[in-house]
Order: sequence, then structure tokens, then C-alpha cells
Amino acid sequence: MSDTTINPAEIDRFNAMADEWWDPTGKFRPLHKFNPVRLAYIREKVIGHFGLDGLAREPFKGLSILDVGCGGGLLCEPMARLGATVTGIDPGDKNVKIAALHAERSGLEIDYRAVTAESLVEKGEQFDVVLNMEVVEHVADVDLYLSSCAKLVKPGGLMFVATINRTARAFALAIVGAEYVLKWLPRGTHQYSKFVTPEEITSVLKRSKMTIADRCGVSYAPLEDRWRKSRDMGVNYMILAAKPRGN
Amino acid sequence: MTQSQTRAETRADSGARTVGCDIAIIGGGPVGLTLAIALKRFAPGMEIVLVDARPLAVPKDERSTAISAGVSSVFDAIGVWAPMAKGAEPIRSMKITDSGKGDLYRPLFLGFEGHVGSGQPFAHMVPNRITAEALIGAITDCGVEVIAPDKVVDRDISNPVKARLTLESGTTIEAALVIGADGGRSALRAMAGIDVIRHDYDQMGLVATIGHEFDHDGVAYEHFLPAGPFASLPLPDRQSSLVWTERTKDAQALMALDEDAIAREIEQRMGSTLGKVTLKSPVQGFPLAMVLARSMVAERLALVGDAAHVVHPIAGQGLNLGLKDVAALAEVIIEAARIGEDIGAPDVLERYQRWRRFDTALMAMVTDGMNRLFSNDIAPVRIARDIGLGVVDRIGPLKKAMIGHAAGISGSDGPKLLRGIGI
Repeated sequence: MSDTTINPAEIDRFNAMADEWWDPTGKFRPLHKFNPVRLAYIREKVIGHFGLDGLAREPFKGLSILDVGCGGGLLCEPMARLGATVTGIDPGDKNVKIAALHAERSGLEIDYRAVTAESLVEKGEQFDVVLNMEVVEHVADVDLYLSSCAKLVKPGGLMFVATINRTARAFALAIVGAEYVLKWLPRGTHQYSKFVTPEEITSVLKRSKMTIADRCGVSYAPLEDRWRKSRDMGVNYMILAAKPRGN
Repeated sequence: MTQSQTRAETRADSGARTVGCDIAIIGGGPVGLTLAIALKRFAPGMEIVLVDARPLAVPKDERSTAISAGVSSVFDAIGVWAPMAKGAEPIRSMKITDSGKGDLYRPLFLGFEGHVGSGQPFAHMVPNRITAEALIGAITDCGVEVIAPDKVVDRDISNPVKARLTLESGTTIEAALVIGADGGRSALRAMAGIDVIRHDYDQMGLVATIGHEFDHDGVAYEHFLPAGPFASLPLPDRQSSLVWTERTKDAQALMALDEDAIAREIEQRMGSTLGKVTLKSPVQGFPLAMVLARSMVAERLALVGDAAHVVHPIAGQGLNLGLKDVAALAEVIIEAARIGEDIGAPDVLERYQRWRRFDTALMAMVTDGMNRLFSNDIAPVRIARDIGLGVVDRIGPLKKAMIGHAAGISGSDGPKLLRGIGI
């Protein structure tokens, strides 16, 4: 097992918070608030790309989905409810245990493993859809990490990346605003130097022979207290990449 | 949406069975039925069980209800409006007067003319029987499992992902979300320990159907009398439905009179516009109270309609508010289910509460305030409100906003169903 992309200090910090993953009013409130907009994006793009039936109760039936950095399972459970066969991986052992416990209580079957993306590559596993949501800004080596994830996508499959841009505005909003002023996130959750620009992600993905299918911003609407898709990629943004068939 | 949530039925040897579903709707009135149909219409895969304490049947009810344009849009969007429209009397305009009882001539202070939009009357009077017929017909067709008569005797939320209801018959229901549509004295609300803010008026609401000498021409009248508002709403064939309020003592005295004497009393209150009045139904009275649940949601529970709020009937907003709840809740649930969320999770239910809470509290305050403002005969107050209404009548945008609110279609960011759009 190769742990080269994991930063040990980061693992400890999230382990300490893991118990609170599923409390929508607790420390992970921002992520719970953020969840609907990214779920809606995933749903729309996956249904469109694979030509699925949007009216079906379980439109994702038959698809395999990997959630990298799954945390407490906030993305895995909705994916499983939509019918997908879901694998969630997280370097934090405690996270994975909490996620598995919660899935069992919810009557959902999800394969949670405390392993890294690199170890799945070594085993030659591949998935129809790979989710990389709010993870890139926490890894030690973005290039290595993203190219590993790209290898986990089946030919004809999709990869989603959601993260925070490295701009002055992102520093003001995501670190000063969210951690110091609003106290949405514990101080030290994010480090400015680890934020990644869309261009950096695009170039790694292109080197991994992925094509960029879509990109959009995600902005917070304070009056409605909800996140919306937008054209502004200056702070939070999502990138969708497709792996050509026969690649 | 998961295997544990799909309908699974098991029957123990004792005969008691367990029904698994996504959503259990408690209460089979117009609000509960409309919600069930809306959910099935736009999320056909959802498993829904509806429970009512009485057998689900068209009631012997001769009364009619004013259905605002917004609410008929909801009925239209779920495919039940066509049969209702056939039996409905459009309210083409509404006239509001502020008068003393017995004044024959009523100066008009506020007139709502004609239409809210493209040839659409701003409300319809629909016989309750026809509404019930259309909704019950649709519920049978759309695959909702109806358990009636039966009632909930216990609510168990020890399992964090599904609520468990025990019915009087011994049947158990397991649901990701329970909806309390069980009226002003909601048992579900009590079981969840949700407190209410309550205000009892020393007033009774009275309802009756009358026949009258002259045509109403599709006009609804609201007379603000010293004892409270008095509304007449047009029915087919020179008949009108009356809703009005009296102080409790006066209401009881009035109901004790014989039919002819009651008809004369009504003529006094209505003025001369519709001519001689005859009673077509007995006068029914009910004590007026404003009841507002302190929360519209609890663990795996959402309240809709009268279970969440009973407002003073002055503005005819009871059913309208209930169906606005339905429109908002159906949209929240369906959108959550579509993206794979747990439909009974607290953050999902909070979206519904947030969307509805303000409107509900506002309406309760406005109707309560209107009642206080109009239910008195102190000269300065009367002069002030007459000037107020006169001013409203002359200011186009304000009047338009009031008509929009009365028609239940204000706001472009409101629930889709209220705008007649599918979810």
C-alpha cells in the first residue's frame, strides 16, 4: 500500500471530527448545506452521460461509483439510494467505521474501505464514476493523486472534481470568512497554499487522457442560506471529466 | 428509496401486519389527499400509505369552499382540476364594504375586478362534495395504499432512520417520513410534543347556504360589520354560500331562531344587493380560535394544513394555506428523493419549515389583525380603516399585490405547484 499522497496531520484532524459527520447542525453543517447542490449536479450529469431514466426510482442502478475521501458517507448514501453500487474510501479508519455503521442503520449496502486511491490502482480496480469532492485541497501531491484517480475511471466513465480555487477571494471567503468570521469550519481546516486552480486540475486531467466535459462555479446565497450553481469559479467550483472509450 | 424503505409487508400469526413505506400520510382530508396525489404524480416510484380515522368516502356536505387561483393551479398540475371546474362557480369580482348592520346602501371601499391573469377568475366556489369526489377518485387510481378507518395510537422514533407508527387495529407502519395532515386537533402533533400558540376569540364562525332574489353576477361580497366580517360567495342558480362571524353570545341566540327569523337577520347583515333571502341549509357554528404550531416539523414528522396552523377564517385562507404547505412540502420531498437524500432527515424537513414558516405566521397575524381592526365600531377606528381601504383602492400596485395574495399566487419564487408547474 502506498500512502504517499496522505498528509498524516490531516488524517488526525478529521478523525477527531468524525463523530459529528452526520449532525446537520454540528461541525459539518457547511457540508450538509453544500450537499444538495453537488448531488443535483452529479445526478444531472450522470443521467445525461449514461442516458439513464430520470423518472426511475433508482436511476443509477447498474453503475459502479467510487467516492474518494468519503468521510462519514454524506455522498455515498445518496448514491446508494439512487441505486448505484457504491465504494467509499477514506484514509481515516474511524471515518470508515462511522460511515459503515450509519449505512447499516440506514439499510444501505456500501463497501467502505480504509485505503488510498493508489492502493485501488495497484489492484487494478475501475469504476463508472469516480467522485473527488472537496478532497483535492487536502492532499499532499495533487498531480499524483489526480492521475491515480483518473486510472480508476473505466473507459467511457466520468470523474467529478469539486474544490476551492486559489484566489484572493477564496482566501477571504473560505478561510477568513468560513473559519474565522462565521466559524462554519474549525480553524486550520483549509490552507491557502493547498487550494488548486481549475487550470491546474484541467492540465493534470488532460495529461491523464481525460476530456473536460463541463465546469461550473458554486456560490453561496446568504439570504437563502443555500448554495447554488453559478458561472463564478473564483471560489468553489466543480469540474467534470470524461474518459474516452478504448483508452 | 432503499430496500428497507420499499413496501414490505409481513404478517405475524397474530394477524397484526407491518407495512413499510417511504411516506405515511395521516389524515385523508383535502390537504392529505392532495399531497399524496402530488407525490405519486411526480415521483411514481415513491411508496405512500394514507391513514384516516374515518372510511374514505365522499362526505354528505352541502357546503362549498372558495378555491383561490393559486390552489386551482395545484389541482390542475396534479390532474384533478377538470372535474372540479365543471361543478365550480367562478368568482369574477370581489367587493368589500365597511358598514353598520342594517345599512341598506353599502358604499364600496374596495373592489377587486375580474381577473388575475390570462382570463383566469381569481377564485372559484367549489362544492366540497365535488372536491372530495375528484381527490378520492384520483387517490384510488394512483396507487396509494389507503388504510381507513384506522388511527395512530403510538409513534416510536427510537430507530434513527425510520418512524414506526402503531395503529388501533394493531397494524404497524414503518416510514422514512410521517406527515401529520390530521387537522386542528392533530394527534401526531401532540404525540411529537409540539406546543401550540393558541388564541381563542370570543367569536363564532357561522356558515350557511342561502337562496336569494337577485343574480349575484359572480360577485363575492365581504362586509366588515361591527361584529366581524360577513362574506357571501356566489354559488350556481341564485344561491350563495355565507361565512361570517358573530360574538359567541349573539351567534348562539341567532342559531336558536326559526328559519324565517334567521333569514331576516341575514338580510340585515347583507344589505339590499341580493334581495330577499331564504335559507337552503341550517346555520352551523363553530368557535373561532387561532392555533399556530410552534414548529412545523419534528423527528421524521412534518405537519401540513390545520395541524400546523388554524387561522381566523376572515380572509378565507385556511385551505389555501394548507395547500401552499402541500405545494412546498411535495417539492422539498421530491427534490430530496431525486438527489438520493434521506427524505425524513432533519435538514430536509428544515427546508420545508423555512419555506412555509414566514408565510404562515404572517397570514395568522394579518388575519388576526384584520379581525381586531374590523370587529369594532369605534368611530375613529372606522374612519381610519375606511380611509385606509379607500387609499388601497386607488393605488394600483398595492391593490394588485392584495389581489395576488388573495388569489394565492404572489411571489415568483414560490412552490412550483402553486404556479401550475410540475415538480
